[in-house]
Amino acid sequence: MTIQGWILILGFVGILLALTKPVGSYLFALYEGRRTPLHLVLGPVERGFYRLSGIDPAKEQGWRRYTLHMLTFNALLMLLTYAVLRLQGVLPGNPQGLPGLSEHLAFNTAVSFTTNTNWQSYGGESTMSNLAQMFGLTIHNFLSAATGIALAFALFRGFARRSSATIGNFWADATRVTLYLLLPFCVVLTVFYTASGVPQTMAGTVDITTLEGVSQVLAIGPVASQEAIKMLGTNGGGFFNANSAHPFENPTALTNLIQMLSIFVIGFGLTWTFGKAVGNTRQGWAILSAMVILFLAGVTVTYWQEAAGNPIVHQLGVAGGNMEGKEVRFGMAASALFAVVTTAASCGAVNGMHDSFTALGGMIPLLNIQLGEVVIGGVGAGIYGFLLFAILAVFVAGLMVGRTPEYVGKKIEGREVKLAVLAIAILPLVILGFTALSAVLPSGLAGPLNKGPHGFTEILYAFTSGVGNNGSAFAGLTANTPYYDGLLGVAMWLGRFFVIVPMLAIAGSLASKTHTPESAGSFPTTGALWVGLLIGIILIVGGLTFLPSLALGPIADHLAMISGKTI
Amino acid sequence: MGNDFTSALRPAFVMTILFALLLGIGYPLAMTGIGQTFFPVQANGSLVMEGGRAIGSTVVGQAFVADRYFQTRPSAAGKGYDGLASSGSNLGPTSQALVDRITPDVAKQRAAGNTAPLPADLVTASGSGLDPDLSPAAALAQVERVAKVRGMPAERLRALVTAHVESPVMGILGDAHVNVLALNRALDATGVTGATR
Repeated sequence: MTIQGWILILGFVGILLALTKPVGSYLFALYEGRRTPLHLVLGPVERGFYRLSGIDPAKEQGWRRYTLHMLTFNALLMLLTYAVLRLQGVLPGNPQGLPGLSEHLAFNTAVSFTTNTNWQSYGGESTMSNLAQMFGLTIHNFLSAATGIALAFALFRGFARRSSATIGNFWADATRVTLYLLLPFCVVLTVFYTASGVPQTMAGTVDITTLEGVSQVLAIGPVASQEAIKMLGTNGGGFFNANSAHPFENPTALTNLIQMLSIFVIGFGLTWTFGKAVGNTRQGWAILSAMVILFLAGVTVTYWQEAAGNPIVHQLGVAGGNMEGKEVRFGMAASALFAVVTTAASCGAVNGMHDSFTALGGMIPLLNIQLGEVVIGGVGAGIYGFLLFAILAVFVAGLMVGRTPEYVGKKIEGREVKLAVLAIAILPLVILGFTALSAVLPSGLAGPLNKGPHGFTEILYAFTSGVGNNGSAFAGLTANTPYYDGLLGVAMWLGRFFVIVPMLAIAGSLASKTHTPESAGSFPTTGALWVGLLIGIILIVGGLTFLPSLALGPIADHLAMISGKTI
Repeated sequence: MGNDFTSALRPAFVMTILFALLLGIGYPLAMTGIGQTFFPVQANGSLVMEGGRAIGSTVVGQAFVADRYFQTRPSAAGKGYDGLASSGSNLGPTSQALVDRITPDVAKQRAAGNTAPLPADLVTASGSGLDPDLSPAAALAQVERVAKVRGMPAERLRALVTAHVESPVMGILGDAHVNVLALNRALDATGVTGATR
């Protein structure tokens, strides 16, 4: 580890903390449906969209209707992408002449992008036409992100409103977030990426004759426009197989910094928006404190392990940190930081190969996802996932000190706690269940590239990433098979919508309650004690469940690594 | 719920079409227009042209395997630096296959008279398989070999490498690195090709 590396890491967090309030208050304007300066340009587009689709944005929806409209929209988008992927061979915008995708790969990919996972069983440059990248995939990068933020708004309203039967209008939330937040930010980011060397063209390839006289064909395409939303929307689905390690996706150390900031900026802002919505911004800062502490702990472990390097490689006469799977231009600190950022959020883009990280360096990304990606988390999904843990935490605190559980002015009762547990339990159930299944079935065991504990980690990581809607991988796993495509598709669907539906039910239930004023009997949810309790609950509930599986995978791998054993 | 469901169909259907057109066609095409107009070089792959044909990209790495050049890192992209199949090796830290791959590369360096511990990037595969750079140490570790093949003084080559080191942005972002294509073009520009060419 170097001082320069730590300046980068702490500076990175510092920039985000400075952006939290400005971004949070802009998000609050969208949450409230207020006018922004961008309405001047995009207002007519918004109104046109409503008129053509017969939507009255002022008409509020109860949680059931909100859920139904969200699900119908997402299902149709998924069908559209499935159709585009299957038919890309006969559709225009295919200068590479690529054929349509197989049923299982098209299914897996359509689910993957709809659920904001962006797991990729394929290599982008050898599978997807330009049209498929734009029309099949980029739209989901926007709309799954907008859906996530809309859902967070709905839950905020549950906490903020009193005796209300409604939690907002899904169409108004999703449309405003897309038009006034995601799209304009992405236009700026795309121009920056293009200027920095990310291609933006409708061509498919360029031919090169190298200095040594060999022919090299480089895949190109509309990369920058996808890159912008891939990071800002915490999607993570790369244009190329190597994702943000590819020099065309992430050409410089500066683009790398902007990409990492993009992943986190909305998540940071939303904590402030939540505080503002419930009438006390300190509530938001308390949540953010817990997140940042967990985040920095993760960065420390990964950076330390990667910088220390692999003793097995050192024995061969090689010095320095672990450079297998990493790019020289980013360096050690930014590679470690990126891995922790992308898995703390539900992004899943990578600028180095997690499969080749040291055992413990690679365990942190895995653990981040297993904790539910609530350390900042995906856009929207992070904060609503975190609030589920907060509900659990006030319940536990209530049991411990004999107080009625309350959170930001709402009584937390049996119904909310049951629903929260339901949403939280889906993660370990599917991860451990599907991993166990794949560790005994021949079609599961056919997947891993590496042997022994590391191979097991590849399987564990895949299902963790799928259910967690992350999308990063221990990419040695051969996942484009009917077995993995199918099972991972199911896992991604469960991980997204079996969290969302109980969460929206909680929103509906909370919205209908009256306000409970804070009293001497309330457990304070702003101070250091509360932050500590939150961290404890997340580590115990989220982390302890997975400890046995981590012992079989990365921890066993680490013990082998430090004793110099190869497999 | 029956009524609810039909009420959701029209907005969902129309919004799907509208957003798909705006975000899937309008946005990327507009961005392509801007990119091609204002940044035509970068938007088309930052190609390096020589005598009317592309000999590389300033951004993407290419294979250098000949002894007369500074060589790029090992690559797991296809058969090496395949621009249509970017990939890392994905070999884990305890993988015997990783040891089997690194061992001969180390032996080659030792045979060339390189006795010091080797810079890690010299014998490890990058994440993309298309890494355009080397660390300054990994470039300097190759000076003796290139000097011998080209019959150039090592001192002159060291100065050439040093002149091509790109420092971290603002002293913080990224590590110092050397773009191998730029370095090798400068090497060719010296006009010294060596007898074994």
